[in-house]
Amino acid sequence: MRLSRTARVALRAATWAVLGLLYLPLLLVFILSFNSARSLAWPPRGFTTHWWATFLDVESARAALWSSGRIAFVAMALAVVLGTMLSFALQRHDFFGKAPISLLAALPIALPGIVTGVALRNTFVRFGWDLGFLSVVAGHATFCIVVAHNNVVARLRRISPNLREASADLGATPRQTFGLVTWPLIRSAVFAGAILAFALSFDEVVVTTFTAGAGTSTLPQWILNNFSRPNVLPYVTVVATLMLVVSLPVAWLAQRLSEGSRD
Amino acid sequence: MLPAISLRGVSKSFGAVAAVDGVDLDVTEGEFLTLLGPSGSGKTTVLRIIAGFEAPTSGQVLLGGQDVTDVPAFRRDVNTVFQDYALFPHMTVAGNVEYGLKVKGIPADERRRRTAEALEGVRLADLGGRRPSELSGGQRQRVALARALVNRPKVLLLDEPLGALDLKLREEMQVELKAIHAEAGITFVYVTHDQGEALSMSDRIAVFNRGRIEQIGPPREVYGRPATAFVAGFVGLSNLLVGDAALRTVGRAGTFAIRPEHVAVTDDGPGFDAVVTSIQYLGPDSRVHCLIDGGGTVVASGSSGRLATVTLGQRVKVSWGPESVLELGPHH
Repeated sequence: MRLSRTARVALRAATWAVLGLLYLPLLLVFILSFNSARSLAWPPRGFTTHWWATFLDVESARAALWSSGRIAFVAMALAVVLGTMLSFALQRHDFFGKAPISLLAALPIALPGIVTGVALRNTFVRFGWDLGFLSVVAGHATFCIVVAHNNVVARLRRISPNLREASADLGATPRQTFGLVTWPLIRSAVFAGAILAFALSFDEVVVTTFTAGAGTSTLPQWILNNFSRPNVLPYVTVVATLMLVVSLPVAWLAQRLSEGSRD
Repeated sequence: MLPAISLRGVSKSFGAVAAVDGVDLDVTEGEFLTLLGPSGSGKTTVLRIIAGFEAPTSGQVLLGGQDVTDVPAFRRDVNTVFQDYALFPHMTVAGNVEYGLKVKGIPADERRRRTAEALEGVRLADLGGRRPSELSGGQRQRVALARALVNRPKVLLLDEPLGALDLKLREEMQVELKAIHAEAGITFVYVTHDQGEALSMSDRIAVFNRGRIEQIGPPREVYGRPATAFVAGFVGLSNLLVGDAALRTVGRAGTFAIRPEHVAVTDDGPGFDAVVTSIQYLGPDSRVHCLIDGGGTVVASGSSGRLATVTLGQRVKVSWGPESVLELGPHH
């Protein structure tokens, strides 16, 4: 499409303005994590790596990091296994209730976290299950399954069903067909789903708040709780930056993996 | 000698739809048999039943005299060339060709030797390291062939293998396939909807319509003596004469077919009075549509005589010898 010079300049300016609005605040957090002052005031007073060097000494931050990592890992593993199995079931078989199951499985990502959170908390409490690590994992798995499933099912749809038949035709047992044909073709989609699931769980707040007991605090919760405490505030910027640094390449990698091995 | 393939009363229904309806078929060892029919006629389903991708709803499948109805595809000694080739995209050409040998546990050095031979056999010896996505349609087709043939199957099943190729390549591949068939000496079962392909390549043709075999026989027989109106219309062009038109032109009731090349168009002499309603010029020959006075259209085709010079709307005589009138059985 050909645009007039004015339109081009205006569009370019608008694009940069939006991108700036999105990413400048993130840059500010990053810069402030090296601020020698204990406040978020601008401009920063001086440069220090002290907060970065010592944030792991903060007992609560360390516990939160450990707990977030564990939760995200287990929720991811659960979601990948269940999501992949669900994808195969929905892609390869016809059965009663297929359409509703497909919808119900995808729904949690669209449901308001607060609803999921309240519902799960109520259920857990009603049945007398302890709120803690496992209840948070279960809560996270509900929406992590969706991203794992979506990635795998999209890939399965792109694979010609003839490939499995060709493999069997050439004498491969179903197990060999899975190992030599199906798995190599879906592997990158499974990994992409896993990475997205991990990232999704790692920075989740709302469901976590409802399903975590008194003893469990994740990294995002720790940020929320300490945001107003001046003496740990600099560590909040460090942890926030850390979460950014972890999730940005993850998002990039996930996108590359799900685009990759297209044919 | 036992037939390479036998189908005994094979039927296949998808829900309420009978895709294959009581097919009996014997394929002789080394034969080139073509399953010919329009889409939805059941020919591909029959092929998939032989391969083991579909289980028949009823009936039996025998390979070399052995009942394989309940034997899964991966234990059947047949190989398939798929319409879309179904090459494994994540493997090289050599990896694709080697696949069947690998899953059967053939030692690596023999695998390599046979793979190289197979690739040479389809003139792709230099392309073993390429990915399927880097090949042309014709090359992919030949990889699919090599991948099947390297296993030295007793039977090769081909599902419209030339369907995706352009005309010139298709004709080259027809010749090549015939040569491979003659050389390998294995049984070919070839599915196509292209009657020209069927006529030029096959030892026998089985014409499918609505899940049944309407006629089976050598190409000359199927073309020269079509058993039903469907066969007469699907294999080559035919002028069908039924009801009133049959009574007037043939002289008795029934269903008759006359090949266009047997219809003569003249200015006078014996024949039926007709008017030229359309002329198709096709290069090597022309097709002239003539409306016979009193009803009934016949098409005449050829390249010489009056056919080359008639004009639209002209009054002519159309005639044919009694020996070219083919009486057809009832429609199934």
